[in-house]
Amino acid sequence: MTQLQMPKVDNQALEKRELYVSELQKILIKKENVLSHSDEIKPYETDALTAYRQMPMIVVLPETVEQVSSILKFCNQNKIKVVPRGAGTGLSGGSLPLKDCVLMSMSKFNKIIEVDYENRCVKAQPCVTNLSITHAVQDKGFYYAPDPSSQMACSIGGNVAENSGGVHSLKYGATTNNILGIEVVLMDGTIVSFGGKTMDSEGYDFMGLMTGSEGLLGVITEVTVKILKKPETVKTALIGFSSIDDAGNSVSQIISGGCIPAGMEIMDKALTKATDDHVKAGYPTDAEAMMIVEFDGTESEVNEYMEIVKSICQKNNSSSFKTSESEEDRKRFWAGRKAAFPACGVLAPDYLCMDGSIPRSKLSEVLKEINRLSKKYNLPVANAFHAGDGNLHPLIMFDANDEESLRKTEEFGAEILKYCVKVGGALTGEHGVGIEKRELMCEAFNDVDIQQQLKIKLSLDPYSLLNPGKVYPILRKCAEEGRVHVHQGKTKFPDIPRF
Amino acid sequence: MSIKEKQNSQISQDFSKISEFKPKSEKEISEFVKFCYSKNIPIEVEGSGSKSKIGRNFQSEKKLNLSNYAGIIKYEPEELYIKVKSGTTINEINQALDKNGQQLAFEPQSFGYLFTGVNNLGTIGGVISTNFSGSRRFKVGSARDHVLGIKVVNGRGEIVKSGGTVVKNVTGYDLSKIITGSFGTLAVISEISLKVLPKPPSIKTLIIHNAQLKKSLEYLAISLSSSSDVSGGVFYPEYFRNQFSLNDLTNKGPITAIRVEGATSSIEKRLENLRKEIGLLDDEFNYLDDEQSKIFWKFTQNLKAFEKSDKNLIKVVIPPSKALKTINNLKKLFTRYFIDWGGNLIWMEIGKLNSEILREIVEVIDNVGGYYIIVKLDDGLKAGIDVFKINSIKYKISQNLKNSFDPKRILNPGKMYSGI
Repeated sequence: MTQLQMPKVDNQALEKRELYVSELQKILIKKENVLSHSDEIKPYETDALTAYRQMPMIVVLPETVEQVSSILKFCNQNKIKVVPRGAGTGLSGGSLPLKDCVLMSMSKFNKIIEVDYENRCVKAQPCVTNLSITHAVQDKGFYYAPDPSSQMACSIGGNVAENSGGVHSLKYGATTNNILGIEVVLMDGTIVSFGGKTMDSEGYDFMGLMTGSEGLLGVITEVTVKILKKPETVKTALIGFSSIDDAGNSVSQIISGGCIPAGMEIMDKALTKATDDHVKAGYPTDAEAMMIVEFDGTESEVNEYMEIVKSICQKNNSSSFKTSESEEDRKRFWAGRKAAFPACGVLAPDYLCMDGSIPRSKLSEVLKEINRLSKKYNLPVANAFHAGDGNLHPLIMFDANDEESLRKTEEFGAEILKYCVKVGGALTGEHGVGIEKRELMCEAFNDVDIQQQLKIKLSLDPYSLLNPGKVYPILRKCAEEGRVHVHQGKTKFPDIPRF
Repeated sequence: MSIKEKQNSQISQDFSKISEFKPKSEKEISEFVKFCYSKNIPIEVEGSGSKSKIGRNFQSEKKLNLSNYAGIIKYEPEELYIKVKSGTTINEINQALDKNGQQLAFEPQSFGYLFTGVNNLGTIGGVISTNFSGSRRFKVGSARDHVLGIKVVNGRGEIVKSGGTVVKNVTGYDLSKIITGSFGTLAVISEISLKVLPKPPSIKTLIIHNAQLKKSLEYLAISLSSSSDVSGGVFYPEYFRNQFSLNDLTNKGPITAIRVEGATSSIEKRLENLRKEIGLLDDEFNYLDDEQSKIFWKFTQNLKAFEKSDKNLIKVVIPPSKALKTINNLKKLFTRYFIDWGGNLIWMEIGKLNSEILREIVEVIDNVGGYYIIVKLDDGLKAGIDVFKINSIKYKISQNLKNSFDPKRILNPGKMYSGI
């Protein structure tokens, strides 16, 4: 994999490792919560961007917010770098360790603190998984809306750090729109709460700033999320199109026609076929593009919107239209989409997953460009889109054993992302910048923009010790770097559906 | 200083004799701020001024009025966004959106009736700077949730952008959040890209008659926890009833109103479900149709209840389960109030206000985990009263944040907090 420059290693810190271990043991009381033997720290060497690996200096497992505060204070005083980590399912390398860092694993913060139906919220520790919040409230018919595909494994604290989305963010928004409060520890050890159980808060919106800041501004120690009542009815349609253009046009017309589906996905022919072979979802495998549209609400409302969608799709030459008649149907329709990434593993030894965001109307233009690039680089590509909100995940297939193929793949990926920015989109829709897209930041921002962001960082972390080397380029150059790299189906969490 | 930096700091205009500047371009905003930065001149930043009375009084030497920096830059209905210059009026935006059956779903609030007796929604820059949002708050979020991207001029006069026009974007820090609601103290907003949404095909309002506060709050709680997907919930005590000149509001007693919007076919069903869930008898309620509903909810959005009030007004936000306790504990202090956001927000009108009374109010609000913003305050009281509440930890980091945007404290200095 292409070498990526990380912040200069502090050799003096490495020399003091034993001393730091004993000091950190004093703070954490339980010796087993400070890990330093290579066998113990090995599991922390990477997150779900497995192409990059680095053993940390020390791993700490705090159990209380006071311990988090004391550790950060100690590290701040001794100028030791700290990398926070939740469940480690991030796709952009946000919790990749540094050689001279204390890796702070929040894994012991795994409890739901309070379920408050009266105020329709749940207060949880950061390493509670996204899905277990819904599990805690589903008996009373509630759920937590953002549903990143890794929701059974990813942590709510990680969701806040990355501002995670999901298939339903078209209607329900991303993490930032679904949280009420957070408790954070700053690098100097300050414990501070933003928001609570109220809507908005007085003063500057630090909660909004922290959300999606990829662990660079503070360590999240508590999250209060908003919960919603489950809709009465949910219905899903599978629609086949004989061209990508027709599918893309349908998306624009559905949205501008006044319907906002709960989710709207498109897959191209290659992926539709691969996933259907994989899970037998009953997809129209002969179609050039397949769309999944989901509506929720009352039954009459859902049916009314489905009729509108049907008529729009028919006008755009849809070749098939099938709606779910039962919950089993619906789950089956989604199963293929959710298995899109694993299915790709069958098509090629390796694939890179991109995460660009584009205006909906540019869908077919961008797809054409991707296909052109695919021919140029002679590498096959399969495409999955959160079409409703213009978030695309092209999967470039290659063989990592062939160095030339890897280099070409990375170049191909960077060209796609640059094209996304060129048509008015963004480098990343939901996976975050991390180390993966760091060197492409200057495609989206100029120096002044980046300097302002760095000044904010320094206002909260003056020595730049918290998760350094992430998000912002170290060198002022736009190089092409790697993306989610899966070798022989071996991701960190191969069983998690990704989309 | 590098050559590039030198070029950036060159100022072509002399602003020394201008006391109020109305820029026509982003470059002019930047040059004006650069000039003031170089001379340490504090600036008052203003749109149309419809909300300029909200916030603390502060010293400024020059005014930067953005009302001429107006206009829609790009509106793409099928992309669900509109990009506008910050001085664009909400009316102009609404007119453009209306033609395509779209709207700003967060219902920007008007303070015109409150301050001058004439409705005035102001400019988008003002709306975003203050982050006041209407009754749909609990369903669609507030103004901050609808900003997709933003361009600002910071206190050094530099033009900085964040976000864009697409809904999904996690590239870099989300500056639009920190700028929204910062009352012009961090940067001057120049451009805003907003998410727009289709207008619901129809609206209907369930009016529950004569439910007293406690009962009404229970009804609102049931509504917000139901799958009927309500988009508004308010409680008006009886003394506001004569302000509504709607045919269907002739009954006596307090008004509880619950709004349902969406596909025509679903509204009746959802209202029926809701009525059953609440357990209403036939004579306890009636409905407002589409037209009447619009009038009713505009009344709330524009705070018409407090039209030309000569008293102070506080926005109190609390967890909804604490609304009753908050009102009961503050009963002796306020003159009138109403509840919005389905029980999450209390608008309180207070005749007499001084730091001692405020301390009492703050204690009650703190106890329930809420916060307040004093929206209208007698000028004579402004020096001695905190318009916004803040603790010492947040004060310190707010100060650091301010410093990162506006190191010489020239943009609306002291508008939110003394020293920030």
